[in-house]
Amino acid sequence: MTEVLSCRGLLKRFGDLTAVDDVTFTISAGETYGLLGPNGAGKTTIISMVAGILRPDAGEVLVEGVPVSTRTTEPKGRIGYVPQELALYPDLTGRENLRFFARLQGLSRAAVAQRVAHVLDVVGLADRADERAEHYSGGMKRRLHIGMGLLHEPILLVLDEPTAGVDPQSRNAIMDSIRELADSGLAILYTTHYMEEAERLCDRVGIIDGGRLVAEGSRRELVERLAERDRISLSVDGDPAGAKRVAERIPAVLGVAAHGDGLELLVHSARQCLPGVLSALAEQDVHVRAVEVDEPNLETVFLHLTGRALRE
Amino acid sequence: MRTALLISAKDLRQRLRDRSVLVFSLLLPLGLALVFSFVLGGVGGGGDVFRYAVVNADGGPVAAVFTDEVLPAVVEGGAVAVRAAASRDEALGLVGSSDVTAAFVVPPGFSAEVSAGRPATIEVVGDVDSPLGVGVARSVAGSFAERLTSVRVSVAAALHGGSTRDPAELVAEAAAATDPLRLVDVPASRRELDMTTYYAAGMTVFFLFFTVQFGVTSLLDERRAGTLARILASPVRPSAVLLGKLTTSLVVGVIGTTVLVVATSVLMGARWGHPLGVALLVVAGVLAATGIVAVVASLARTSDQAGGWQAVVAITLGALGGAFFPVAQVGGPLAALSLVSPHRWFLRGLADLAGGDVAAVFPSVAVLGAFALVGFGTAYALTRREVGL
Repeated sequence: MTEVLSCRGLLKRFGDLTAVDDVTFTISAGETYGLLGPNGAGKTTIISMVAGILRPDAGEVLVEGVPVSTRTTEPKGRIGYVPQELALYPDLTGRENLRFFARLQGLSRAAVAQRVAHVLDVVGLADRADERAEHYSGGMKRRLHIGMGLLHEPILLVLDEPTAGVDPQSRNAIMDSIRELADSGLAILYTTHYMEEAERLCDRVGIIDGGRLVAEGSRRELVERLAERDRISLSVDGDPAGAKRVAERIPAVLGVAAHGDGLELLVHSARQCLPGVLSALAEQDVHVRAVEVDEPNLETVFLHLTGRALRE
Repeated sequence: MRTALLISAKDLRQRLRDRSVLVFSLLLPLGLALVFSFVLGGVGGGGDVFRYAVVNADGGPVAAVFTDEVLPAVVEGGAVAVRAAASRDEALGLVGSSDVTAAFVVPPGFSAEVSAGRPATIEVVGDVDSPLGVGVARSVAGSFAERLTSVRVSVAAALHGGSTRDPAELVAEAAAATDPLRLVDVPASRRELDMTTYYAAGMTVFFLFFTVQFGVTSLLDERRAGTLARILASPVRPSAVLLGKLTTSLVVGVIGTTVLVVATSVLMGARWGHPLGVALLVVAGVLAATGIVAVVASLARTSDQAGGWQAVVAITLGALGGAFFPVAQVGGPLAALSLVSPHRWFLRGLADLAGGDVAAVFPSVAVLGAFALVGFGTAYALTRREVGL
């Protein structure tokens, strides 16, 4: 497959903080690549460098072999950028929003009219196109927001957590649309901290933590790294951090992470070690309300690689 | 340039839907200029700021110089209106009923007394409620009296030299031959603005600093809303984004100021001066205001913060520059300090233009241009990292 995006050795520092540290990956045409990591892992910083709005301290971004930077214009026309926050003008109509960004892409007047009409159809806003965006529902705004990234028929679509704050129904619709776009040959870079989205959408996943790409591959390749490991999810009463400290001292536990009111444990065999785990926790007055044993998934991979849960 | 115009056109469409730009650029300055002009100078283009009556009970040639030449010259200056009264009693009645601010009474025998070299007085009767107007009337009469004193010396010299002409005629001729009396002291190169024009211009340039902020602070709004990132991810040059924002400020500033110039001329009788000179000053003033506001915006983190800081800067520079009160007339350090305000140079340029010579505005335009250059340069240096330059 044709390589559309190539990121090589990306590095970005903000003062003493290294937000992105030597990140390298590629995306081919028709491929959906997911950057999976918790909030603050560096996903948006990578996206910003790929979109050409943030200058890397080191490394380079190439789109079809052409370097992307904050000063270049030509390769940006091949990228469709959909930021995490709703980036639209509420006091302009849906059509005016699309028209403005279409013209910024350098489309001719005729092409603008044609592409705006097409995108309005695609995102299902044709009948509300001349209403101000401030009167749209949250889902409609999100659809308009994504549509803006498709106006100029890019070869690479960059989506930064496009389902953040979206209701489940709209979320499913957005994910179906993205799948269709990928099937049409678009290369897609997709960031999320939802394991389910990454598993459902992405052909390959890059797991990112603390600014570093700690693993990369298809879901199957990543899960196979775990060999014969199981994931135990526990809901506990009291302080999960205290429960975590107790669980870390249990020899059979390979990794543990706390989140909300629960713990995620990585073990060799849940069946063999679960009784011992429960009894050790009980001895330390940790009351377990619910237990769930799962097959390894990307969440388990993340736990294994980073010692933390995605939701931490 | 195409990108800058696109961004500016989008901004202008937004600003037109945002009524606050109309309030700040048109309604507030026009309303305040009307109030200031009404309270401090009277409405009507300065023609009837002070109303006087004059009684010529003498009828001689010297009195005629005062009533027929001196007072008309003052009226022509645009500051006062003068009406004739038949008698002292009528004049006192007009003052008592506040129909006039003060009355000049030239007593019988005035010309003869002057010609004979004896003391003679023009009586000024004033309305106690109009001390400023009465003071101006006394100044007019006093100035004429001083002139007569010097004329008397000249006439005495002429008579001493053997002239056989009537002394009263000589006094009248000599008094009339001098420059017409003016109400206001006028420096060689410029003229003071009448109050209506002064406050119309003062309010216009004061609110200009609020008007132009709509363009440059929208960069901060776009950053907060995420649309700036989206624009910068498009195939556009970052410098075009800055240029677009500045263009918005300039267009809003020039249009708003032009409308105010026309409106204050039509509604209040403000006399701005030669259109070309006014246009130069308006463009230079808008550039200077935009440059200063751009510096403030580039130091702020949010548009709210920028708005607060810009209000402080606008009020400080406006007060210092004479938008509310002619600080330059106070003299001393305050007058010198006022030169750091673009408002001062805008008003000074208008005063220079009042002399009728368009070229007289060039120094003020040059200084305003310097304000703009320094402002834009500083703002560019502070903002370039923000937009990836």
